[in-house]
Amino acid sequence: MDPATAPSKIEIRSLTMAYGDFVVMRDIDVRIRAGEVFVIMGGSGCGKSTLLKHMIGLKAPAAGGVYYDGQSYWDADEAGRLALRRRLGVMFQQGALWSSLTLAENVALPLEAFSGLGPADIRELARVKLALVGLRGFEEYLPAEISGGMRKRAALARALALDPEILLFDEPSAGLDPVSARRLDDLLLELRDSLGATLVVVSHELASIFAIADHAIFLDPETRRVRAEGNPRDLMRGSEDPRVREFLTRGSG
Amino acid sequence: MHPSARLEPKVEVSRPTADRVRVCLAGDWRRAGVPSLADVETLLRRDDGRPRVIEFDTRELRAWDSGVLAFAARCEELGKEHGVEVRLGTLPEGLQRLLRLARAVPEAREARRGSRRPGLVARVGEAAQATGGFVLDFAAFLGESLQSLGRLVRGRSAMRWGDALHVMQTTGPQALGIVALINFLVGLILAFVGAVQLARFGATMYVADLVAVATVREMGCLMTGIILCGRTGAAFAAQLGTMRVNEEVDALATFGFPPVDFLVLPRLLGLGLMMPLLCVFADLIAIGGGFVVATGLLDLSSADYVQRTLAAITLESFLLGVFKGGVFGLLVALVGCWRGLRCGNTAAAVGQATTSAVVIGITGIIAADGVFAVVTKVLEI
Ligand SMILES: Nc1ncnc2c1ncn2[C@@H]1O[C@H](COP(=O)(O)OP(=O)(O)O)[C@@H](O)[C@H]1O
Ligand SMILES: [Mg+2]
Repeated sequence: MDPATAPSKIEIRSLTMAYGDFVVMRDIDVRIRAGEVFVIMGGSGCGKSTLLKHMIGLKAPAAGGVYYDGQSYWDADEAGRLALRRRLGVMFQQGALWSSLTLAENVALPLEAFSGLGPADIRELARVKLALVGLRGFEEYLPAEISGGMRKRAALARALALDPEILLFDEPSAGLDPVSARRLDDLLLELRDSLGATLVVVSHELASIFAIADHAIFLDPETRRVRAEGNPRDLMRGSEDPRVREFLTRGSG
Repeated sequence: MHPSARLEPKVEVSRPTADRVRVCLAGDWRRAGVPSLADVETLLRRDDGRPRVIEFDTRELRAWDSGVLAFAARCEELGKEHGVEVRLGTLPEGLQRLLRLARAVPEAREARRGSRRPGLVARVGEAAQATGGFVLDFAAFLGESLQSLGRLVRGRSAMRWGDALHVMQTTGPQALGIVALINFLVGLILAFVGAVQLARFGATMYVADLVAVATVREMGCLMTGIILCGRTGAAFAAQLGTMRVNEEVDALATFGFPPVDFLVLPRLLGLGLMMPLLCVFADLIAIGGGFVVATGLLDLSSADYVQRTLAAITLESFLLGVFKGGVFGLLVALVGCWRGLRCGNTAAAVGQATTSAVVIGITGIIAADGVFAVVTKVLEI
């Protein structure tokens, strides 16, 4: 599917995000097309995780809305929201694995609850998901018994559990070694290509952004608005905005 | 795409020639689970001339998800096990690439474990060992805390007094409400029960003595200790346990702050100092409860009640009650901190730490009270 002509999968319309009186970002308007890799960029603390929380239904907008296939998330009733959430796979910034379950059980839990499959199928699926993120052999480990980078990858495996059509990741490659980070990027692209998933990725790892992004937005904490939008390579070459160029060239451009 | 147009997912395993196994996947395999491996396995296990090749036919495969991926991965493993070549070339491109990714990191074989559930005998043995270790461990923790106290006395402690003050505030003033409520009710109950018994001997006037002595020597400090165990001991265990899970305790240790100085000592001092004060407060309130019953329901005048109460309380029993309160406070703080610092690193472990802090704390308070009863009897206090 050619991303340029694909229908928009997710739309964010004049979204204002706030914690109490503290406005994090205003008037975000974004269209994310089916099958594209969409990256949210910006320095630490500019509101990337907050935007993700609005998209996955953890935080209600101060104004505006989030639409999946034209259907408003925040105007839907509880059943409608649940149905929409089921289509999302989320990987949190800190992993957020369930600490008293083994890695295999972490991946299996959503499958047991929602897939209707038998235990043998679920075991095989959990194994192959963990293998995809390079954790073969660690099925019976508890989250506390593996390293931070491994925890991150296990969280990714859990996000993949239900083969969701939309995957959202909060800084997936932060804290990974370069080889694992590269493999993760390959995996993300592969998931998009072979399973047709739409990917929303929060990242400030430049290498990863250039490797995977079809489209990106740059959040600016000073104006509290989206400062730039487009393909990151084009932005680096073509953007007039010094702040965007600085970010994309690590301050050396 | 439309659900009604969905093609039934099918898997057929055949053996077109003696040395080939053909797996034919057809239809829409999305959200349809993992294709069954049973037929492939049987064919591989058969003795009449093993097949040498497994091949796939996916011309009729309309859509797939990770169920088919898991199937292909298992076929590959089976092939390896049985020394059979698995031809993946006819699988969809994307599936082949995902398989390569899944294979890219070799399995950490030395890391692999089976499910861990030791047998009954092993578990009983472990439990017995654990109980012994438990007592020793508490002794060790007590020792550490005393050392830490020693450092404080010598002015070489990392403890921050602000922490101790904060503990005092949350364990003292903020507990006044619940301490007052419970002790008032206990005072009422003591007076009621006492009045019924004493009335049989026409000695209702002694209700004041009974409430005063029972409260000041026993009930005041005991009830307050138990309340604080549930309220504060549990909170200590949960706080320190969560810090343990988040590696905050390790962070303290790496900066060279002894965690005991930093975390345990302020709680010990705070609760140790607050508990005697709370006990005095509890005594007053419980006597007030008795007063309400005696003057309201029995025919005792308020002047009589006050006078009898004052006559009944000796300085020794008052001080004994307050002292016991202090000991119970230290016990609650010690047990709460001990369970918290020994917490495992999961959310469930924090729950266990909290539970055991309360259970051990209350048991400890009652046991200590028993010891006090014997000692004071011997010393005739
Ligand atoms: N729970 C919260 N309550 C109040 N403010 C918050 C909360 N979470 C985040 N913030 C603030 O919102 C801003 C954006 O945070 P976040 O979305 O986490 O940034 P990042 O882009 O690094 O992910 C920050 O200024 C942060 O201080
Ligand atoms: Mg963030």
